Amino acid sequence: MSINTQETVRAILTDVLGLSARQVAAMDDDTELFGALPELDSMAVAGLLTEMEDRLDIMIDDGDVDGDIFATLGSLIAFASSKVEE
Amino acid sequence: MTRTEYLTYDVNGQHEHCLRFGTRDAARTIIIIPPLFDEMNRTRRMLVETMRALADLGIGSLLPDLPGCNESLADISKQCISDWRLAVNDATTQLKPTHIASVRGGTLIDDVADIPILRLAPVKGASLLKTMLRSRLVAEKEAGITATIDSLMASAKSGFLELSGYNLSLEMVQSLQDAIPSEHCRFQQIMHAEIDGSPLWLRTEPQDDARMSLALAHRLDVWSATCAK
Repeated sequence: MSINTQETVRAILTDVLGLSARQVAAMDDDTELFGALPELDSMAVAGLLTEMEDRLDIMIDDGDVDGDIFATLGSLIAFASSKVEE
Repeated sequence: MTRTEYLTYDVNGQHEHCLRFGTRDAARTIIIIPPLFDEMNRTRRMLVETMRALADLGIGSLLPDLPGCNESLADISKQCISDWRLAVNDATTQLKPTHIASVRGGTLIDDVADIPILRLAPVKGASLLKTMLRSRLVAEKEAGITATIDSLMASAKSGFLELSGYNLSLEMVQSLQDAIPSEHCRFQQIMHAEIDGSPLWLRTEPQDDARMSLALAHRLDVWSATCAK
């Protein structure tokens, strides 16, 4: 997966959830997101998906989206990368 | 002390409110076309603080209410994107700003006058619509209702579609889907990363960012000083 996709996903988390750059920089692939970050509620997911589409130039079918995608930073980056490669 | 005035402008025979900061004889007056729908609610305070900072720099600014929004008595469910562009046109003609600053969805309706425009974080109407549709799907799901984007769009055909607390007509939904910022005007654009601060329009709750207000005001000062009327 490209470093670009990783960095873009991290930037989107910073911008949409209002996390500090330091907080996002300290995350690794195993860092839990949904259920662990109070800023990431189900409404924030709507904004995250659209920002991922716009910034990564991908299309996301809402039918493909389930809670597992947002389980960890690694799972979110893997999902984004799979869409970029499509 | 910063001078604040509540003006009105006329559109379709109705008075709409417009907030003004700064003196009427300021050499530069910037009309701010705010983001649309829930993004407008989330950024209003940041934009008003930007206006206050502009006034401290000797620059006047205007923030019009779009028909159906804020204090407007117009019916939101009777508006579409071209109605809002007309409102921006009327506000600009009547209140005579020297410059336009548009933010996010405001960039979809800013091509109304031959004066310089600075666009901050322009966005396609389709992206705004999709985020609002997704938020509605989340709300439906939490209420135990099964819905899809297609079923929501179909419901717009039989009246209006409620998205982010706004009742949108089919015409609004369709015109938003097709809206993109016009290239047929004198504009420069900047992305949020070029301004110190965070993109409050992406958050789920309204917030404030004094640093961003100040940075945006200084950027508008430098930009408006360098481009002719």
